[in-house]
Amino acid sequence: MINFSYTIWILLLPFLVFLLLGLAGHKLKPKLSGLIGTTGLGIITFLSYLTAYQYFFASEKVDGVFQKIIAFNGVWLQLTENLHIDIGILLDPISVMMLVVVTTVSFMVHIYSIGYMHGEKGFERFFAFLSLFSFSMLGLVVATNIFQMYIFWELVGVSSYLLIGFYYTKPSAVRASKKAFIVTRFADMGFLIGILILSFNTKTFDFITLTSLTGPAITQTGGAAFMGLSVITWSMIFVYMGGVGKSAMFPFHIWLPDAMEGPTPVSALIHAATMVVAGVYLVARMFPIYAIAAPDALNVVAYVGAFSSLLAAVIACTQTDIKRVLAYSTMSQIGYMMLALGVSGYGGHDGLGYMASMFHLFTHAMFKALLFLGAGAIIHAVHSNYMTEMGGLRKYLPITHATFLIACLTIAGIPPLSGFFSKDEILTAALHHNKLLFAVEYAVAGLTAFYMFRLYFSIFWRKETHYHHTPHEAPLTMTIPLIILAIGSVFSGFIPFSELVTSDSMPFESHIEMAVAIPSVLIGIAGIGIAYIMYKKETSIPDRLATTFKYSYKWAYNKFYIDEVYLYITKNIIFRYISTPIAWFDRHIVDGTMNLIAFTTQLLSFRIRNYQSGQLQKYGFVFVTGAIALAILFAYLWK
Amino acid sequence: MITGVPVQYFLILATLMFFAGIYGFLTRRNLITMLMAVELILNSVNINFMAFNRYLYPHKMEGMFFSLFVIAVAASEAAVAIAIIINIYRRFATINVEDVNEMKY
Repeated sequence: MINFSYTIWILLLPFLVFLLLGLAGHKLKPKLSGLIGTTGLGIITFLSYLTAYQYFFASEKVDGVFQKIIAFNGVWLQLTENLHIDIGILLDPISVMMLVVVTTVSFMVHIYSIGYMHGEKGFERFFAFLSLFSFSMLGLVVATNIFQMYIFWELVGVSSYLLIGFYYTKPSAVRASKKAFIVTRFADMGFLIGILILSFNTKTFDFITLTSLTGPAITQTGGAAFMGLSVITWSMIFVYMGGVGKSAMFPFHIWLPDAMEGPTPVSALIHAATMVVAGVYLVARMFPIYAIAAPDALNVVAYVGAFSSLLAAVIACTQTDIKRVLAYSTMSQIGYMMLALGVSGYGGHDGLGYMASMFHLFTHAMFKALLFLGAGAIIHAVHSNYMTEMGGLRKYLPITHATFLIACLTIAGIPPLSGFFSKDEILTAALHHNKLLFAVEYAVAGLTAFYMFRLYFSIFWRKETHYHHTPHEAPLTMTIPLIILAIGSVFSGFIPFSELVTSDSMPFESHIEMAVAIPSVLIGIAGIGIAYIMYKKETSIPDRLATTFKYSYKWAYNKFYIDEVYLYITKNIIFRYISTPIAWFDRHIVDGTMNLIAFTTQLLSFRIRNYQSGQLQKYGFVFVTGAIALAILFAYLWK
Repeated sequence: MITGVPVQYFLILATLMFFAGIYGFLTRRNLITMLMAVELILNSVNINFMAFNRYLYPHKMEGMFFSLFVIAVAASEAAVAIAIIINIYRRFATINVEDVNEMKY
């Protein structure tokens, strides 16, 4: 048995770095604080790799199943004899995989930020927040119980808020950070309700007990029913609501595009690779309950995922801000992962969707972080977010161009890059489960290839734009992470995921199904081809198409007016018909009562204050009279 | 040793002194006079102590000691009171008690 107790440092180290940089950062030189943050992250990246190696290849398996290991556990809050909230570290295939993903991307982003944020005000604050985020995300990943997960879930929300609002003097950034926080907070309310219902019925928070096949959550499927669904199903739907908010699924996706106001490395780390997949991770963590005890909730997961991925892909085709295109692309890809979980069964080859989802999470983290960091390098060179102001950049930014192309090919699903493998597994799983969902995802695969290459051609080819000052390639600290992530995107597809991360931790054989792989590659190539015709050179096709499909284009361009619907609901319905009467009641009835009491007291005190005349002899007279009166009284009483 | 004087005489004297003091305290406007009135009250109490001690418990001394205490306390009280009065005079240039009413409401 290998001792995994060193994994505690994976949590402690980033927290210590956060404290150091947060409290003493302003006294350090910016370069030094960047170095401290990056070194800390480097160490925990190494530790995570060590954990992954020891867990997957060196520790013993029992009957071919990867064991769940509690590396550390401490009771944090003892509620009742049985119900207590722990803080601990749970190692199982998905948490170890997530450790690798989070630390790798975070480490790359740290290195990249040294170059990208160079000379910015608040450099050390940025690194302190990055460390805080890494700490919270890692704590979420290794959570042993659902309440610990909830605590760290909120912590990543806070660090996301702090980092989106990093440029706190910019009103749009402040607005975006508030929006992100409030929208996800609203969804987290559902998560909390779900946790409470679940723990009330199962009397435990512990993941291992909850997800064990003989545990209370799965065996206790009877119970009271509400609207035709069992209590466990309802609780899982509520828990999923938290995941919907964090993972920017419809209808809580509105915060993600706005979150792009934050610095680009933050978008790469939080809003592409790690935090936004927390919802997927949550469903994967509770997967046995979803699959066995709450299949209806799992269907909700599948349909929400499919709808979000389609919606986001359509919107992404019309956006011109490159970071927003990538944001919608992220939403679309997370929709894929959700769908894969939704169509998955439990155990053995039925768990293909689960494996595919985790696989896609892994590969997506690599190539999406690469895309965002590449976009950061482009923005760094051009000083604009809009692809209309770019073009012909391939000559100026050769390394960025090469890595960006690799990432685009990966997300389009061209073999043998990693995106091909994971997307293929998802499509196969969808085909075996539900033809409709398969058709949706198949179309989204084509759209993905189209909008990614629309982006690629618009930035690097199309026209020769004249720039105010010639764009230059980014410094080494920015290009090295790009190259490393590009290598990851190319080769991570060859990791035999079905032997490592599966729904029941039991390895199974998976193979590429040609009946799915060939059409999916073809539609990817078709998407690239259409983008090539439309955007390789400046043509009038896009404009003509936009005028032909004027209304649908306008709808998609304005993100289907979902933001406006929310605004209408909050402003015209909630504020007018609920908040205003409550405010009136508060001002007039509640405050009125208080004011009346205060007014009466004041009136009374005005009346009696004349007795406090300050005339010593008056007081004396009253005192003596009183004393005499009492004396007479007592004299009578004691007769 | 006074013999043949009934205790009531002492008590009547003390009562007269006490109410003379109260009257002076309530009617005089001069702080010094008021202080003197307070001394009268204290001394009437002293007489009471002595009289009761002498007539009720002739072999004990508590009443005497209490009188001594009262005299000592009265002396220190007079010192403090006069210090306060001097300060009041410095501040308000008067020792009329009716003019010193800054601390009302």
